[in-house]
Amino acid sequence: MSRRLPWGPMARLTGRRIAFAVPVLAAVTFGVFAIAAASPFDPVKAYAGTAGLTASQENLDQLRANLGVDQPLFARWWDWLTSAVTGDLGDSAVMRQPVAQVIGERLGWSVLLAATAFLVAVVLGTLLGVLAARRQGGWLDRAVTSLAYTLEAAPPFWLGLLAVWLFALKLGVLPAGGLTDTGSSTITAGQVLSHLALPAGVLAVSQLPWFVLYVRQGVGDALDEDPVRGARARGLAPRTVLFGHALRSGMLPVLTLIGSRVPELITGALLVETVFSWPGIAAATVQAATSVDFPLLAAVTVLATLAVLAGNWAADLLYGIADPRVGFDG
Amino acid sequence: MARPARSATAGAAVTALAVAAAACAAPNDDAKSGGTDSAVVGIAYEPDSLSPLLGYGKDGNSKIFDGLLTHDADMKLKPALAAELPKVTDDGRTYTYKLRDGVKFSDGKPFTSKDVVFTYDTILDKKTNNASKAELDAVRDVEAKGDDTVVFHLKYPYAPFAERTVLPIAPQHVAGQQDVNNGRFTTRPIGTGPYKLVKWSKGEKLVFKANPDYWGGAPKIKNFTMAIIKDDDVRATRLRSGDLDGAILPPNLAKTFKADTAKKTYAANSFDYRVVTLPTGNKVAGDTDIRRALDIGVDRKAMVDQILEGAGKAAYGPVPTDSPWFTKGTEREHDLAKAKKLLDQAGWKTGADGIRKKDGVRAAFPLWYLAGDKLRQDHALAYASDAKKLGIDVKVESGTWEVIMPRMPKDAVLAGGGAPADPDFDQYSLLKSSLAGNGFNNMAHYDNKKVDAALEDARRTDDKAKRQAAYDTVQRALVNDPGYTFLTHIDHLYVVDKKFGDLSTQVEPHDHGLASGPWWNVEDWKA
Repeated sequence: MSRRLPWGPMARLTGRRIAFAVPVLAAVTFGVFAIAAASPFDPVKAYAGTAGLTASQENLDQLRANLGVDQPLFARWWDWLTSAVTGDLGDSAVMRQPVAQVIGERLGWSVLLAATAFLVAVVLGTLLGVLAARRQGGWLDRAVTSLAYTLEAAPPFWLGLLAVWLFALKLGVLPAGGLTDTGSSTITAGQVLSHLALPAGVLAVSQLPWFVLYVRQGVGDALDEDPVRGARARGLAPRTVLFGHALRSGMLPVLTLIGSRVPELITGALLVETVFSWPGIAAATVQAATSVDFPLLAAVTVLATLAVLAGNWAADLLYGIADPRVGFDG
Repeated sequence: MARPARSATAGAAVTALAVAAAACAAPNDDAKSGGTDSAVVGIAYEPDSLSPLLGYGKDGNSKIFDGLLTHDADMKLKPALAAELPKVTDDGRTYTYKLRDGVKFSDGKPFTSKDVVFTYDTILDKKTNNASKAELDAVRDVEAKGDDTVVFHLKYPYAPFAERTVLPIAPQHVAGQQDVNNGRFTTRPIGTGPYKLVKWSKGEKLVFKANPDYWGGAPKIKNFTMAIIKDDDVRATRLRSGDLDGAILPPNLAKTFKADTAKKTYAANSFDYRVVTLPTGNKVAGDTDIRRALDIGVDRKAMVDQILEGAGKAAYGPVPTDSPWFTKGTEREHDLAKAKKLLDQAGWKTGADGIRKKDGVRAAFPLWYLAGDKLRQDHALAYASDAKKLGIDVKVESGTWEVIMPRMPKDAVLAGGGAPADPDFDQYSLLKSSLAGNGFNNMAHYDNKKVDAALEDARRTDDKAKRQAAYDTVQRALVNDPGYTFLTHIDHLYVVDKKFGDLSTQVEPHDHGLASGPWWNVEDWKA
C-alpha cells in the first residue's frame, strides 16, 4: 500500500482509547479488591502457611496489622492506587518480594511463550486457511475444517496434558515441563527452545482454529469476487492469484481477529503455563488469587486489562488502515 | 504501559539467544552426565521464603544456614555455630553459648555474636512477619559478650530452650540492610551453611552449589538440585524417567519401585500424627465416656495397614510408641465389645436408628477435614465407620481452614502435627487449658488441671527423670480423659538411586521441610 497513512485520525483514536483506559483500569482494580475482600480466603492464614498452625493469636493479630489487611476495603484500594500511580506497586505478601520484581522476573517468559504461540498460530493458520480455501469441499478442506472444529472444542489444559502424555511420556522426545533441564542451573537457548516447544505448540494449536476458519472464509469469498476472477481470466498463475490477490482482501477480517484474540491468548497462556510449570506470570497469578495477595493480584489484573485494551486498539487501527471506509471513529 | 526494563531485556535476550540456538545446540547436561557429584531430588513442598528471619529452617537443618546447635541422626543436639553445648545457669533462665572460631558467611565476611543477636532480635520484632515467633516466647533478651559469646536471658525457666537455638543465623551485614519482610535476602539468602543457593526458580526448582569454604569441610556432592513437583504422579514419572535421583512419594507410588533394583526405598520414622479433636464444648464429643469408648473402639491397626499400606504405626498420643518419652503401658487395645459395654453402662442407650441417646442427646457430631487432603479424608472416613459400629454417628465433612476454624470449639476436626525435638513442643500446645482456642493451639479446648500442672513442671526443669515423670502423668491422664483420639503416626517414604550408597534418615516432624528425607545430610554423602 503506497498511500499515506492518516496520522491525524489514528492519533485521535489512540488518544480516545487512552482516556477511556483510565477509568476502566481504576474500575477493574477496585473490582479486584472488592472480589478479593469478599472471598472466604484469609490472607493472614495464607501468609502464615503451616507455621500458622502453631502461631499464637497475638502473633496472628500482629501479622494482620503488619500486612495491612485489617484496613477497610476502600482505604486499602486507595492506598494501592495512589502508590501505584507514583510507580510503587507495593510488596507481594505471598512471594515475599516487591511486586515489580515478581513481574520483572516472570513477564519476559510469559511474553516469549505467548508471542511464539501467536506467531505460529497466525502463520500456520493463514497457510492452512488458504490451502483449504483453494478447493472448498475438497479432501484437504474437509480435513482442515473438521480438525479446526475439533480443536475449537478442546480446552488448552486438556491439550497440554495430552501433549505431555504423548511427547514426554510415550515418545520421550520433549521435556514435560520447566524452563530448563532439572539438573541444570544455567539458562541456555537450546534448553529454553526444547522446553518451549511443547507449551508454545499447545498454545498455538489452541489458537489455530479461529485463524484457519476466518482465513478460509475470507479467501474463499475473495476468490469469488470480480477482481480475482478478472485476474484469473487474464491468465495469471493460480499461485499469484491466490496469494497476491485473494489473500490480500481475504485477510481483512483476520486483522480484527488478531486483536480480539488477546484475551483468549492470556487465559490460554495461564492454563498452559500451569500444566507445563512454565515460570511465567501464571503461577504468580494463581497464587496471588488463592492467597488474597492484593498488590500482586491488582498489578497482574492491570497488565491483563492493558493487554486486552491494546489488542482492541491495534485491531481497530489495523482495520481502519486496511479498509479506509471503516474510519477511526470507534 | 511501564513495563519493567528487566523483563524486556530478559525477553529480548532470550529471543536473540533462541535465534542463535540452532548453531550452538551442543548438549549441556552438566548435572546429569555420569558421576555422582550431583544429586537431583523431587520434593512436594516449596518454602514461601528462604529467610530464617521469616521462619525458614526454624527447626534446624537448612542447607544454606547453620544454627547455634544442630541435630544428629538421632535428633540429639550437637554444636554447630556454637563451639559446644550451652551452659545453663540461673535455674534454667540463662543460656550461654560460646561461638565457633573462624566461621565465615559464604560472601567471605566473618560470623560473630552480632549476627546471632541481630537474628533473634529481628525475629522477635513486632514489625517482622514471622508466624513462628511464639516459639521464642521464653526469650527476654539476647546479649553479645565480645565477638564470641552470646547470652540468652529467659523470662521463665524453659528446659527445651536449647532446641529452639537450632534456628539459622542470618548475616547482619546483608539482611540488616534491607526490608526484612520483602527484601532481596528473602529469596537470595547468604549463610554459613554447607551449600550456597545458586538459583531459585519459584514453582520449579532450587539449585544449590557446595560451599568450598564450609567450616565443616567442603561437601562431596557439588551440585544439589531440589525440583518442586507438587503432583505425586508427575514426581514418580520423572523419577522413573531418570530426570530425578530421588523423590518423596506416597505409599502407593513408592510400592511401584519395589522391583527396581537400581533404587532403594527409605521409610523415615516420624512424629507426624493424625488425630481427631474431640472439643469439650460439644455435648457428645466432650463426654468422657464417649471419648473413652472411641479411644478403644477405633481400629488403629486397620488404618495403618489399609490407609498407610503398613508405613506407619498406631498412635496413642503425640509421642510415638518408639520414642524414649513414650509411657509404656498406655497403648489402647482395640476392643469393640468393651467400648460398647462402657457406653451401655454410662447410659448411652441405642435408639431405633441404631444411634445411641442419653438424656435426649443423640450421639452424633460432625468431623471436619481439610478439603483435598486424601490422607486426612481416608482417616476421617475410617474413624466415622468405626464410630458407627459403636452407635455413634460421626458425619464427615470437608472444608478449607477458613470454614473449619470458626467451628473448632464445637465440631471435631481431623488434624495433624508433630515436632520431634522435644516432648514439650507438641504436648504443651495441644493440651494446656490456657491455650484453648488460641489460634490452632489446643483445638479440642482440652481442660485437665492435673495435665496443666504436669506440663508446667516438665518445662521448668531440665532433670531428665523429673521431666519423664511429668510426661508419664500427662500420657496416663490421656487414657482416662482423652480429649483427642490419636490415630496414627505416619512414615514418610523416599525412593533414591542406589548409586549414592546406603543413606540414613532423621526422625521427621509433621512439616515436610526442605531438608527432610535421606538428603537431610547430603553434605556428608560420599560422592
